[in-house]
Amino acid sequence: MTITRRKFLGWIGGAAAGSATIAGTLAHGASNKEFKGYPNSFGVLHDITKCIGCRKCEQACNEINTMPAPEKPFDDLSILEKERRTTSTAHTVVNKFISSVPNSSNNVEQNKNINGDASGNSIALYVKKQCNHCLEPACASACFVKAFKKDKTGAVTYDASLCVGCRYCMVACSFNIPTYEYDEPLTPRVMKCTLCLPLIQEGKLPACVQICPREALIFGERTELIKQARMRIQKHPDKYVDHIYGEHEMGGTSWLYLSPVSFSEVGMREDLGTNSAPELTAGALSAVPIVVGLWPVLLTGVYAISKRKEKIAQEELEQALAAARDEAEEITAQKLAELKKKMTKEKETAVKTEVKKVLDEAAKREKAAQEAKADASAEEEK
Amino acid sequence: MGLQDTIKNRLSNNELIKNSLMKSNLINNPLINKIEWTPLNIITAIILFVGFILTIARFFGGLGTVTNLDDNNPWGLWIGFDLLCGVALAAGGYVTSSACYIFGLKRYHSAVRPAILTAFLGYALVVFALNYDVGRPWRLPYPIFYSPGTSSLLFEVGLCVFLYLNVLFIEFTPAAFEWLGLKKIRNFVVGLTMLLTIFGVVLSTLHQSSLGALFLIAPSKLHPLWYSGYLPVYFFISSMFAGMSMVIFEGSLAHKYLHHKMDETHLSESDGVVLGFSKAASFVMMGYLGIKLIGLSIDNNWHHLFTSWGLWFLFELIGFVALPAFIYAVAAREKNVKLARVASILGVLGIILNRLNISLVAFNWQLPLDQRYFPSWMEIAISVFVVTIGIVAYRLITAYMPILYEHPDYKHGDDSNNKHGHQED
Repeated sequence: MTITRRKFLGWIGGAAAGSATIAGTLAHGASNKEFKGYPNSFGVLHDITKCIGCRKCEQACNEINTMPAPEKPFDDLSILEKERRTTSTAHTVVNKFISSVPNSSNNVEQNKNINGDASGNSIALYVKKQCNHCLEPACASACFVKAFKKDKTGAVTYDASLCVGCRYCMVACSFNIPTYEYDEPLTPRVMKCTLCLPLIQEGKLPACVQICPREALIFGERTELIKQARMRIQKHPDKYVDHIYGEHEMGGTSWLYLSPVSFSEVGMREDLGTNSAPELTAGALSAVPIVVGLWPVLLTGVYAISKRKEKIAQEELEQALAAARDEAEEITAQKLAELKKKMTKEKETAVKTEVKKVLDEAAKREKAAQEAKADASAEEEK
Repeated sequence: MGLQDTIKNRLSNNELIKNSLMKSNLINNPLINKIEWTPLNIITAIILFVGFILTIARFFGGLGTVTNLDDNNPWGLWIGFDLLCGVALAAGGYVTSSACYIFGLKRYHSAVRPAILTAFLGYALVVFALNYDVGRPWRLPYPIFYSPGTSSLLFEVGLCVFLYLNVLFIEFTPAAFEWLGLKKIRNFVVGLTMLLTIFGVVLSTLHQSSLGALFLIAPSKLHPLWYSGYLPVYFFISSMFAGMSMVIFEGSLAHKYLHHKMDETHLSESDGVVLGFSKAASFVMMGYLGIKLIGLSIDNNWHHLFTSWGLWFLFELIGFVALPAFIYAVAAREKNVKLARVASILGVLGIILNRLNISLVAFNWQLPLDQRYFPSWMEIAISVFVVTIGIVAYRLITAYMPILYEHPDYKHGDDSNNKHGHQED
C-alpha cells in the first residue's frame, strides 16, 4: 500500500476532528477553572456539641420521604450503640461516639447535664450523617448519564429517569453516602438525601432542620453559615476545635460541621484533602485529546517506516539478485569466451595441421611428381 | 493423454474442495451432527444450565438476591473480574494486530485472527456481563445516545468499549465472509485493515487506561500502594503484556484441543509467535515494574511495604510480574516454548490478581472486616457462566470459520488482496 498525501491528511483531519469534539466537551473537566459553589446557595450547619441524639431528624426524614417504618421505632435509642451508615430507606442516621479526651472540662459539664450518660473522663457525642451536598459533587462528576446535578439552591439532585444503575457514584463518594435499592429487580434507584429540595423551593426548611429541638442544625446561606461557625469558634475556643468541617473538604460541601473533638474521633475522615472530585480526574481526562491526536500520527508514521523498510529490503534484494545474476552472466560469458578461444585455437591448430598435412602431401606429391619427371627426362635422354 | 489429464485435475479439485469443506466442517461437524457427551461437555452443559437459572433469579429478584453487594461495596466480582479482567485479557486483539499490520511483523500474521476473535468475544462478553451488573441494563445506550455525562471516566470507558466492540466486529467479519463465500465484501473489509487497526489502538489506549482512571476519584478508598496518579498508565501498560500472555496461553490451549484445525502456516509460525511475544512481554513487564517503582517513590509509599498490605503488594509484583518477566526472558533466549507457556499462565493470573486487588481487595481496605465484600457463589457462578459462553463460542466459530487456518480460496492471496485494497482507497 502506498499512503497518498491526500489519504494521510484525511486521517490526520479525522483524528483532529475527533480530538476537537472530545476536547470540547471535556475541556471543563481538564481546565483549571475553580468552582466556588453557586453564590447564595444554601447549606446546613451541624453543631455537634448541641446534638443530643434524639433521632427526631431521622424520623422527620423518614416521614417526609414516605419511607417504610423501621423495625425499631425512632424513640428506641439503643440503636445508637452501633455505628450506622445511610441506607436506601434511611437518608440520614445519627451516630454516637464516646470521646475519651474532651476538649475542656466545661464541655464535659455541659454534656453531662444534657445527656446524663457521660462517665468519668469521657463524653458522648452525636453526629448526624447524610449527603453533604458537595459544591463539586463526586457523584455528579462520576455519573456517565448526568443523573446527578448540583442545584443552584445547593442541593445535589438525582434523576432516577436517567440512571442506568452502574453505581459508580457510590464508588466515587468519599463520604459513602449514596445507597442502592439492591432488592428492586426492575426499577432500582440510587437513594440519598435531597436536602428536601421541594421544601426549600416552597420557602420551607428541610425536615430535619425544622424538627431539631436543640438547634443543632441551622439552615441558611452557606457563606453566612461559615461566618456564624467562625464566630462560635472565636467565642468559645475551649468548646470547639478550630476547624469547620466541610468548608474545604473535597472542594467544599454545603453541609458544615462544628465539633468539640477532632473530627476523626466522631467518624469523619480528615484525610480527604481539599481537592474536589473533578480535580482528581482532570488529568486523566485531559490525556484523551493527546491520545486521539498523537496516536494516529505516530502509528501511521511507524507503519510508513516499516512499509518503507520492507520496500527498501525488497529493492535491495532485487538489486542483490540482479548483481548476482550479472556476475553469473559475466562468469558464463567469460567461460564461454575462453572456451571459444580454446576452441578456435584448437580449430586453428587442427586447420594448421590439416593444412600442413595437405601441404606436406602436396609437397610430397610435387616431389614425387618432380622425381617422376626427372626419371622420365632421364629416360628420354637415354 | 489430454483427456486423462483433465479428469485427473477434476478429481484432485474435487478432493481439494472436499478437504476444505471438511476443514470448515460443513460436512462433518461433530458439534452439529451429534454432541459427544465427554466429561468436558457435560460440565459445560451444567454450567450453562446453572447460569440460565441464575439469570432468571437476577432479573426477577434483583441484584440483592444473587450478589453480596451492599451500599459500601457497590462493585463486586462482575466489575472486578468480568469487566476489568475481561477487557485486560482481551487486549491481545490490538497488540497482535498492531504488531502485524502497523509494525510490519508479518510472521505474526497467523496469530492475528485467533487474537481478534478472542478480543471480539471478550468484549462482547464484557458487555453481556454488564447487563447483569447494572441495575437497568436496557438503559446501557443512554450514556452514548441519550444523556452523555462527559465528565465521567466511565463515559470514556463506555464510549470506547462501544466503538471498539464495533471495530473488533468489523475486523472479525472477513473470517465470516470467507466462510460464507462473500468475496467482494470480504475484500472491501480487508482493505480497511490499516484504518481499523489504528482506530483500535487509539480506542484501546483510551479505555484500557481509563479503566484504571476510574479509581482516581476514590483516593480515600483504595489502599495507597495501589492508588496512584499513574493508575491509567499502569492499566494501559499492563494490558499489553496481559494481551500477549493471553495470546500465548490461549494458543497453548488451542494447540491441545484444536490442533487438527490448524494449517501448515499456523503450525509453522506458532512457535515464532510464542517466542516473539515472550520477548516482548518480558520487556514490557520490566518496564511496568520500573514505572511501579517510580509510582512508589513519587508518593513515597515505601513504608507501606513493611505492612501486611505491603507483603500482598510485593506478592503480586514479584510473584506475578517479576517472575513471569524473568521466565519469559529465559524462554525467549533458550527458544523454549513450554517455558513461555508457563510464564503466560503466571502473566494471566497476575493480571487477574492485579485487577481484583484494585477493585475488590485493596478497595475499601479501611472498612472493618465484617463490612468487607466477598462474592456469593452465585456471582462466581455467573462469572464462570460468562467465561463458558466465551469458550463455547470460540469452539463453535473456530469449527466453522477460517480462524486457525487460511481459507484455501484466499491463501497467499491475503497480501495481494491487501495491496489491492489499499491501492484502491
